[in-house]
Order: sequence, then structure tokens, then C-alpha cells
Amino acid sequence: MSADTVPDADRGLDADWGPVTGWGRTAPTAARLIRPRTYEEAAVAVRDCGARGGIPRGLGRAYGDAAQNAGGAVLDMTALDRVHAIDADGGTVLCDAGISLHRLMEVLLPLGWFVPVTPGTRYVTVGGAIGADIHGKNHHVSGSFARHVLSFELLTADGRVRTVDRGTPLFDATAGGMGLTGVILTATVRLEPVETALMSVDTERAADLDDLMARLTAGDHRYRYSVAWIDLLARGAATGRAVLTRGDHAPLDALPRGSRARREPLAFRTSRLPAAPDLVPDGLLSRTTVGLFNELWYRKAPRESRGRLQRISTFFHPLDGVPHWNRIYGRGGFVQYQFVVGHDQEDALRRIVRRISAHRCPSFLAVLKRFGQADPGWLSFPVPGWTLALDIPAGLPGLGAFLDGLDEEVAGAGGRVYLAKDSRLRPELLAAMYPRLDDFRALRAELDPRGVFVSDLSRRLGL
Amino acid sequence: MKDAFGIPQSLLVLGGTSEIALATARRLVARRTRGVWLAGRPSPALDAAAEELRGLGAEVRTVAFDALDPESHEAVLGKVFAEGDIDLVLLAFGVLGDQAHDEREPLNAVRVAQTNYTGAVSAGLVSARALQAQGHGSLVVLSSVAGERARRANFIYGSSKAGLDVFAQGLGDALHGTGVHVMVVRPGFVRSRMTAGMAEAPLATTPEAVATAIELGLRRRSETVWVPGALRVVMSALRHLPRAVFRRLPV
Repeated sequence: MSADTVPDADRGLDADWGPVTGWGRTAPTAARLIRPRTYEEAAVAVRDCGARGGIPRGLGRAYGDAAQNAGGAVLDMTALDRVHAIDADGGTVLCDAGISLHRLMEVLLPLGWFVPVTPGTRYVTVGGAIGADIHGKNHHVSGSFARHVLSFELLTADGRVRTVDRGTPLFDATAGGMGLTGVILTATVRLEPVETALMSVDTERAADLDDLMARLTAGDHRYRYSVAWIDLLARGAATGRAVLTRGDHAPLDALPRGSRARREPLAFRTSRLPAAPDLVPDGLLSRTTVGLFNELWYRKAPRESRGRLQRISTFFHPLDGVPHWNRIYGRGGFVQYQFVVGHDQEDALRRIVRRISAHRCPSFLAVLKRFGQADPGWLSFPVPGWTLALDIPAGLPGLGAFLDGLDEEVAGAGGRVYLAKDSRLRPELLAAMYPRLDDFRALRAELDPRGVFVSDLSRRLGL
Repeated sequence: MKDAFGIPQSLLVLGGTSEIALATARRLVARRTRGVWLAGRPSPALDAAAEELRGLGAEVRTVAFDALDPESHEAVLGKVFAEGDIDLVLLAFGVLGDQAHDEREPLNAVRVAQTNYTGAVSAGLVSARALQAQGHGSLVVLSSVAGERARRANFIYGSSKAGLDVFAQGLGDALHGTGVHVMVVRPGFVRSRMTAGMAEAPLATTPEAVATAIELGLRRRSETVWVPGALRVVMSALRHLPRAVFRRLPV
């Protein structure tokens, strides 16, 4: 055993050592959990994280192993969650990176501001949003999260805190860099003005994949937010049938006069159901149960509805209403597969959807959307084209080999899979999917020569 | 690192010429496994096994390892782990011995016990410690149904596997929550070099079937795997039979 691994080997099982997984609950590894309460504590944690390095972690919503670090340190940044300054005229906020988008919405909505980009959950931190360069239903209009970040402060491996501005290599390496360039401490984020905390939503059904793609292509430019739920268990002529949900922030005059909503247009309301139980039998989400769910979900959606008012939480984050919903996949956990292929690769998309449909993946969370212009993050996921995301129980027999086959198809079409959701990609395919990988590696080698920042994801894929 | 389905990227085989281990390695190399260490006594068979896996695309290294020399285990395995993380350690060495002969030559019987049990205790503990320091990894221990109940025909071998089995179970409990997973594999009669020329037992299986079961067990993070699965039921019935009856069974 080499000298520098001996101290780790001699450790006892301290109370702060524990198993860590991503949101998909696959592949647990043990790490020392550190929860810095000040920037100084964060700097000390980075300095003392030991031979197996450290990685920052937010609210643990990355599906795979991006915020795990086997045998090393995991820095839970959620205690650093202050709002420092809000520029209510200019529409920017300066906040700690450990703050959640949920908290930001609570603070900002009453002032008439909304976060520029939100994924399917509010329970991600600003640091995580930059690290994964997240996208939302408005990507075709607004791009990814980092586009709206003016600057951030980064605690790097040498213990220094650097202010990183847009347009610099360090900014582009960190946006989508999965926490591997350093720990983001604070960020200045540009906000989106809104008149109300409600959404005006149009819903329509698409009979099959071609119908869906035609509707998305023809209509997306008319909406700020657009997404399609797709039934991947439907076969034959119904392959790819879907429900499109598109909308925009409701203007004040869209709210009914005299209603409570009209009186308090900027009140941020959410609802929470009881948490999913911890002991769910594996296999609850079978082809039969998910098939039934999908049938009901498709039938339940109106053939067409216009201008329906919905709360922000209902429109953007329906699953946040069920705490720990990831438990419904049972102990075996689940994987999320999300890929993007270019706008001229519709045939590849059709082939992949047919393959998923033929493989009978029991997926009730499958969404298709169109990405707009890409942002400059070197490992940032979105590129202009079609992106499909689906959840699948990890215990499905043959799933590993099946997804490997999809990877080949995606890479062959010049596409890529999303690292924040990955837990199983073959490392050999990474360079083809992310052409700026070598720049990323070179910058890391220079910035962090001792390899302080490391995660299970970076070990697995050789980032 | 292992992927979401428990498939390792790096593998250390203790007992590098074991047919079950090589069937498992072939299966894993076809999936994600790129780095393979084959540990065993230097021999043409070990080199041939390495060559075969290289042909499948793996980067294979061999290392001299002797189960009967526990004092060397720390140094030998320490060197392997110092080269990089090991996602899966497959403890696959073991000898069957010759029951009739070994009953007459106690020193031979001791050799069986030292290889299968003492050697495994040492190698298992050294590996477990290194895996714990990594914070991840699986230790798969090849036990046997023979360890489940003493049989007239092979109780020397069976007792060594019984000791190994209990040791591995306890080690698994000790490592619970450390990110390290210990899996005990209990195959029945496996058609292999070890059993060549012997009368086949019911529910006989093959190294490939054991490899398949190991891959499934890794995906499910199982603690115990029987091969074939039906043996779990059969053995739980057999182990409760009165000895006077069991003794008369033609097993």
C-alpha cells in the first residue's frame, strides 16, 4: 500500500463517515461528510480533504455518482445558503451557492422576479445548477443556467477564492464541470421579471411521435416554456404518443378579477403530499403498472386546452409535491437516461424511441423537448436538437447492455448523454460526445495538479 | 468505479486460474471491466488465462500470490491496490483434495484447510481493509454448498468451505455501511477441472452459470447467491434432516 493511502486505511468508522448515493440510489460508496458553515470552514475542508480528495455536493439531485467520492470527502454545501443582495431594479441576485432554487423562489417571487432557469425540481442548489449547467423547459428561448450567471466565486484546490467572470476559460470549465474545478461559494444570477406567480398553460395531445415532433417544431417559438410527456410503452401506430404542455408566466390581467390570485398575484404557493415510504418492494413499477399509469395519464390529458392557470410548482415541479419520490423504485434504485441529438437527426431519434418502445422500458417519466442555442460550458450538456429523458428501474434485466446500445446510436448521431444523470456510460464514448474534454482535462491538470477535486463520476469516466 | 448495475471497471482475481473466476472475468470484460489482475502461483496456465482476457480487450496483469503463504499477502495485495482502485475482488482459490487419501494423510487434509480457509481469512481481511479505505468495492467469495452440511464423501473440503462461508458472512456484516459489499456465492456441483471424472450430483451447474449468477448478484447487491437458485430451497430442507436420515441419503 502506498504511503499516502495508509492514514485512510487506518481510520476507524467515524460518525461522519457514511454511504452516499445520488438521487437514483444506485452504487452507494462511503465518504466523510463535511458540512461547512462558513467560507473558512469550506477552505479548511478543501485543504484537509486527504489523499482521496473531495467534491462539493448540493441537495443530491444528480441521479448518478457526480456528488459521491468513495473513501474521500463530500462537502455538503447546503448550510451556506444566504441571500446577500438583491438588485430589484436591475434584476440580479447575489447569493451563496448552497441556496436552493426553492428558497430563491420564496424570496424573489414576492418581489416580482423568477429564477431564469429551473429544472424539474426546485430542490437543487445554485452551485449544483452551475456545476451541471442545468436546463429547463425554456431552453429553446433562454439557454442553460450558466447563461444567466454573471460571475461566481470559486474556491480552488490551492485554497484561493477566485472571482470568475463570464467569458473566461475557468467560467466555461466550471459551467457543467460537475464540481471538479472547485467549490462555488457565491454567484450573481440574472433574474426574470414576472407579474404573477401563475402560469398560463396550453395542453394538447399528440397521436404519435411524428405528430409530436411536428407540433413541437411548429409551435415552440410561441411559448417560453415547452415540454412533452411521452408514453414510451405505447407501441405500433401509437408509438411516441404524447401530451404537450406549453406556457408562459401569466400576466396580471389574465387573472380573474376579484379572485384571491388577483389580490395576491405574487404569492408563492406549493403543496406537499406525504413522503414516499422507505420500503417499497422492488418491481412495483413494472410494465403492467406503468402501462396502466401511462394509459390513464394520456387519456386524462385534455385533447386541447388553452390558457389554463397553474401554480408555478404544479407546472414546473409536480414531483416536488411527493418528497422522496425516488423511493418508489425500491431498494434497487433507478437510472435516468437523457441524451440529445441534433435537429437534423430526427431519424436517429425515431430509431431510439422505437427501440425503447420495443424493449418495453417501464418508464412513466419520459419527456421530450427541443434545445435551443448551446452555451459555452465545455462539458455543458445542451446542444441544439432533440433531448429525451426517461427513468427506468435499475433492476430491469438486460438494461445495462440495452443502454450501451442506445449510447452507440446517440454517439453515432453526434449526440451526447447528460453527465448529471449518468451512472453507467462507457468511458470510451465520452470524448466523442464532449469534444472539449481535453481542454477540460488540461485546465484541471493545471488548476488542480494534486487532484484534490475528484468524484466517483470523475473516476469512472476519467474526467 | 462500479456502474449503476454493479459492473466493475477493475477486477482482482485471487486464484487466477479458477475456471469459475475466468468465466466471470470473461463476462465482466464483455461489459465494463478493463483492468484485470490475476493473482496466483506463476504457471503457464496463469499466463494463458491472462493472454485470453487480453484477447478480449482487457488490460491484464498477473501477480504471484500463494494462498498457503499468508505472511506475503499484505505485501502482494498492497502492491496491487497501490496501483489504483479495485472495484471487485473475486476470492476464487480453493482445492478439493482427495477425501479418501486425505483421511489417511492428515497433513494433506491440513493443506486443504489451509488453502481454503486460512489462506482466505488472510487474503479476505487484507482485501477488505483496502476496499474499506477506498470506500467502495465488492468482495465476492466462492463458497460451496458442501459447507452447508457435512457429507461423508467430502467433509474435509466441506468443513473448510463452512469455515470460509461463516467468515465471509461475518466480514460482510462488519463491513456493512462502509460502502464495501461482500457477497457469498454457494455453487452446487460445478462441471470443471476440479470435478473431472467425478459422478455428477443433482442440479449440477457450469462455471458460466456461476458467472451469470455473480453478475446478477452484483446488480442486486445480494449477500448470498446460490447456483442454481433452486439449491437454496433444497439445502434448507436438507440441513434440517435428522442426521440418521441424512447419513443414509445417496448424496
